[in-house]
Amino acid sequence: MIPGPLAIGLGHYLTVAAILFTLGIFGIFLNRKNLIVIMMSIELMLLAVNINLVAFSAALGDLVGQVFTMLVLTVAAAEAAIGLAIVVVFYRNRRSIEVEDINRMKG
Amino acid sequence: MTALPDFAPALPEIVLLIAGMVYLLFGVLRDEDSTQVLSWATIAIMAVAGVMIYRASGATATTFGGLFLVNSFTTYAKLLTLLGAGLTLVMVNSWAHTAGTARFEIPILVLFSTVGMLLMISANDLIALYVGLELQSLSLYVLAAVHRNDLRATEAGVKYFVLGALASGLLLYGASLVYGFAGTTTFAGLAEATKGGADNIGVLIGIVFVISGLAFKVSAVPFHMWTPDVYEGAPTPITAFFSVAPKIAGLALFLRVLYGPFGPMLAQWQQVIEAIAILSMAWGAIAAIAQRNVKRLMAYSSIGNLGYALVGLASGTMEGARGLLFFMLIYILMNVGTFACILSMRVNGKPVEDISALSGLSKTRPLTALALAALMFSMSGIPPLAGFWGKFYIFMAGVNAGLYTLSVVGVLSSAVAAFYYLRIIKVMYFDEPAPALETPDTSTSILIGAASIAMLLLFIVPSPIANSAAVAAKSLFPG
Repeated sequence: MIPGPLAIGLGHYLTVAAILFTLGIFGIFLNRKNLIVIMMSIELMLLAVNINLVAFSAALGDLVGQVFTMLVLTVAAAEAAIGLAIVVVFYRNRRSIEVEDINRMKG
Repeated sequence: MTALPDFAPALPEIVLLIAGMVYLLFGVLRDEDSTQVLSWATIAIMAVAGVMIYRASGATATTFGGLFLVNSFTTYAKLLTLLGAGLTLVMVNSWAHTAGTARFEIPILVLFSTVGMLLMISANDLIALYVGLELQSLSLYVLAAVHRNDLRATEAGVKYFVLGALASGLLLYGASLVYGFAGTTTFAGLAEATKGGADNIGVLIGIVFVISGLAFKVSAVPFHMWTPDVYEGAPTPITAFFSVAPKIAGLALFLRVLYGPFGPMLAQWQQVIEAIAILSMAWGAIAAIAQRNVKRLMAYSSIGNLGYALVGLASGTMEGARGLLFFMLIYILMNVGTFACILSMRVNGKPVEDISALSGLSKTRPLTALALAALMFSMSGIPPLAGFWGKFYIFMAGVNAGLYTLSVVGVLSSAVAAFYYLRIIKVMYFDEPAPALETPDTSTSILIGAASIAMLLLFIVPSPIANSAAVAAKSLFPG
C-alpha cells in the first residue's frame, strides 16, 4: 500500500459507494427515458452496496461481508431476470417501455 | 467433517419448500389446468406446516449457526402469516374458477413467497433477513403481473418491481453500514454492539436506511406510492394476499429487528417510527376519501391500518408489541372478508370495482350487505366488533408509553377514516339499487360470513388471542 496522502483507505471506498448509490437513486427518480435505464440504476445501487460490504470486510478482517456480497450478487441476478421478464410482458401490452407511458393508473 | 446443523426448528419451512418444488413439477408435467388442484394442495401443505409450527410452540431454539431463530413470537407471527396466505388462496381458487384466466403458478408463487415470509420472521442475522425478504419480494413482483395479458396488471408489476427493488437497495445499503460500523451481522452481536446507544453514528444511519427499506415493504407513508396502483392493477385475490401476508411478515420483522438488535437504540429510532406512523395514519385517512375504486380505497385503508400498527411498534414496550400482534389478527380477518366481498362484485360475468356498484346491495343481496356492513363497522373501530379492541390495545399501549401526540392523531384519523367506511354502508343501504351483483360461490360466501362472525366473536371473547399475543410479545424481550 502506498503511504502518505495517496493511500486508499476505507473512507475512499465508502465515498465511491455512496456516490454510486446516490447516482442509482437519482437514476430511478429523475430518469425520464425508459425502463432499461431504471434497471441499470437498480443494479448500480446493489453494486454500491457490494463495494461497501467488501471494503468493510477487508477493513474489519472479517469474511462475513464477502459472504454477504456473494449472496447479494446471486439475488441481484434473480432480480434482474424477473425485472426484465416483467418489462417484456409490459412491452407486449403497451408496445413501449418509456417511463412516461407507464401511466394507465394515476398515482 | 463438520456436523450437520439441526434441521428440526426449520422443518416446517423445509417441508413447504420441497412441496413447492414438487407442485411446480406436477403443474408443468400435467396436461390440463391444475390451478384448483394445486391451490387446495397448497392450502393443505400450509395447514400441515401450521400444525408443525403450533406443535413446536413454546420452545426457543436457534439453528444453522445462529441464522435461524424459533420462539413464541415467531410461532405466533408465522401462524398469522399462514392463516392470511391460506385464506387468500381460497379466494384464488374461486377466482380461478370464474375468471377463466387461471395459472397454476399462482398458488406456487404464493407458497414460495410465504416461505420467504416465514424465513424473514425467523431471521436472526442480517444476511438471513435479506435472503428471506428477497424470496418474498421476488415472488410478489411476479404475482402482481401474473395476469400477463392485462395492461393494468403488468403496469402494476413494473411499478411494484421498480419501487420494491429500490426498497431492497435501501435496506441493503443500511445493512452494509450496520455491518461495517458494528462489525457483525448477527442479531445477538448487534444487540451487544448497540448497547452504547447513540454514539455510533454509522450504525444509526444504517438503521434509518433499514427502516426505510422495511417501511417500503409494508407500504407506510412516505414510502407508499406503489400501493394504490399495485392494489388496483393486480387481480383481486392477489391484492388480498398483498394486503395481509406481507404486512404481517414485514411488521413481525420490524418488531424483531427494532426490539432485538437495535433495542438499545430505542430513543433514536422511536422518532423515525413515530413520524412514519403519524404520516401513514393521516394520509391513509385523508387520501381515501376521494377514491371511487374500491380496491384503491382498500389500499389507503391498509396504509392507515399500518399506521395504527406502527403506533404499537413505536411504543417500544411489551404492551405495544402485544397490541400490534392482536391488531394484526383482526386486520387479517377484516381484510380477507372485505376482499372476498370485492371478489364477489361481478355483473354479467365481469368484475366491477366502483363503489357505486354496491348501491342498494341491501335489497339485492341482503346477507352480503349485512356482512360487509359488519366488516366496515369493525374497520372503523366501532363496538361491538373486534376492530374496536384492535385499536383499543394499540392506543392504550401508545398512551402508557407516553406517546400522546401519536395516540391523539390515531384517534382523530380513525374518526376521519370512519367517514369512508360508513359511506360504503350508506351506499349499500340508502342508495337506489344498481344492477344486481352475481351470487358468490360457496367458498367466497363462507369466507365473507366467517370473517364477519369472527369480528363479533372476537369482540365478545378477545382474551384467548390477546393472551397468546402477550406470550408472543413476551419472548421479544428476553431477560
